[in-house]
Amino acid sequence: MSAGAKILMILFSMIFTENYVLVKFVAICPFLGVSQNFKSCIGMSGAVIFVMTLASAATYAIYHSLMVPFGLEYLSTIIFILVIAALVQFVEIVLKKYIKPLYNALGIYLPLITTNCAVLAVTLLNISNEYNFLQSCVDGFAAGVGFGLALVLFCGVRKTLERAKPPKAFEGLPITLVAAALTSMTFMGFTGMAEKLFG
Amino acid sequence: MSSDILNAVWVLAALGAVSAVLLIIASKYMRVPVDEKFPKIREKLPGANCGACGYAGCDGYAAALASGEEKAINRCVPGSDAVAKELSELLGVAYVEVVDQVAVVRCRGDCNSTSARADYQGIESCAAAKLAFGGTGACIFGCMGFGDCVKVCPEHAIVLRDGLARINSAACVGCGMCVKTCPNSVIMLMADVNKVVVTCRNRDKGALTHKECSKGCIACRKCERECPASAITVKDNLAVIDYEKCTGCGHCAQVCPVGAILCRDFTGAHKGQK
Repeated sequence: MSAGAKILMILFSMIFTENYVLVKFVAICPFLGVSQNFKSCIGMSGAVIFVMTLASAATYAIYHSLMVPFGLEYLSTIIFILVIAALVQFVEIVLKKYIKPLYNALGIYLPLITTNCAVLAVTLLNISNEYNFLQSCVDGFAAGVGFGLALVLFCGVRKTLERAKPPKAFEGLPITLVAAALTSMTFMGFTGMAEKLFG
Repeated sequence: MSSDILNAVWVLAALGAVSAVLLIIASKYMRVPVDEKFPKIREKLPGANCGACGYAGCDGYAAALASGEEKAINRCVPGSDAVAKELSELLGVAYVEVVDQVAVVRCRGDCNSTSARADYQGIESCAAAKLAFGGTGACIFGCMGFGDCVKVCPEHAIVLRDGLARINSAACVGCGMCVKTCPNSVIMLMADVNKVVVTCRNRDKGALTHKECSKGCIACRKCERECPASAITVKDNLAVIDYEKCTGCGHCAQVCPVGAILCRDFTGAHKGQK
């Protein structure tokens, strides 16, 4: 497979076939917490795309320059958590100083991402899939876009749900979880498409 | 074996130390001075985000006060005098009393005095019912009684009884959420020192109004003639009270043949608690 096709395949599979939220069930907390209105969906997605891309680049560099030479591959989880947390804090300070509009747009969602497990998952899977630097960055970006797509789609579902009148026992979170499961099933229709298209 | 453990400890410690130093440097050299006033002002505001002050929410009002764009400290209606007092101390501005407001339902068309025009079976919301040929009642100006206002009231001061919204003025903080929500503009904010209110919105001719609702204003002009302060005029088949002239004597409420003028004490939650 050519390098270009590989990149396209990563993009496609991360957004559709291997969508982090709807197929791999990672980052369910922000998925349920932030999907109530469209504006916060966009803010959160923007922040996630931004941080995932940066985190992929940063962890790739640290893994190959520091962890492999010292034989510390087994520590990747704990080191990546540290790196992501520090990175998010750092990015927040820089944005606040130099790119105020972007900081205002991402708002409170930026620090929240420190504990977003999708960011950790993407960096760990970059390593286990043996991606190179460019592929890692694309993977991070595409995973963020996939997260955003899931969030925006589910926001629409929730808007409809608000007007529906479920049985008393299902009101609130239960019916939201049922709706999330149904949304996730629609994405299972993409299974196997990435390999057929680019494989 | 021991070197493996030591390696791990060193690398992790070094990584932690480097990020810590980086963050310390960053926070020192790239610090953005925040307006110290803003969080202090924001803390004083009630946080209802009702928009009665004319800003998008408490944050908006606090930011405007902090930057000096907004001078008036008495704009927060839910917070009332207590908040105005705190703000005046904080900002060193002279204290001005908040004009307390209270919401009133300008309709008395409950299910005994008016009837439905159609059997509406759609979504149970006034906004939705309004879309279907202007509403469900015989009178298209009045309260539809699906309780959109009940749902938005942050103080739970509104109840539905006999198909009509009723406001408990002693619990009303005057935020105006119900006023914005009501699709027929039946609810109005009124300074709570006033005592009389015209409880009808029907602008049809008198005879038609009376067919639609037995409590509707039939524009007979009796109140206009009898008011000792001549504060009432009938405009578009509806009595209108000029609160500048009104003395609150309540004579109009007594003479109104259909009972479309209400006279009582509308003191809201703020003054009521004092």
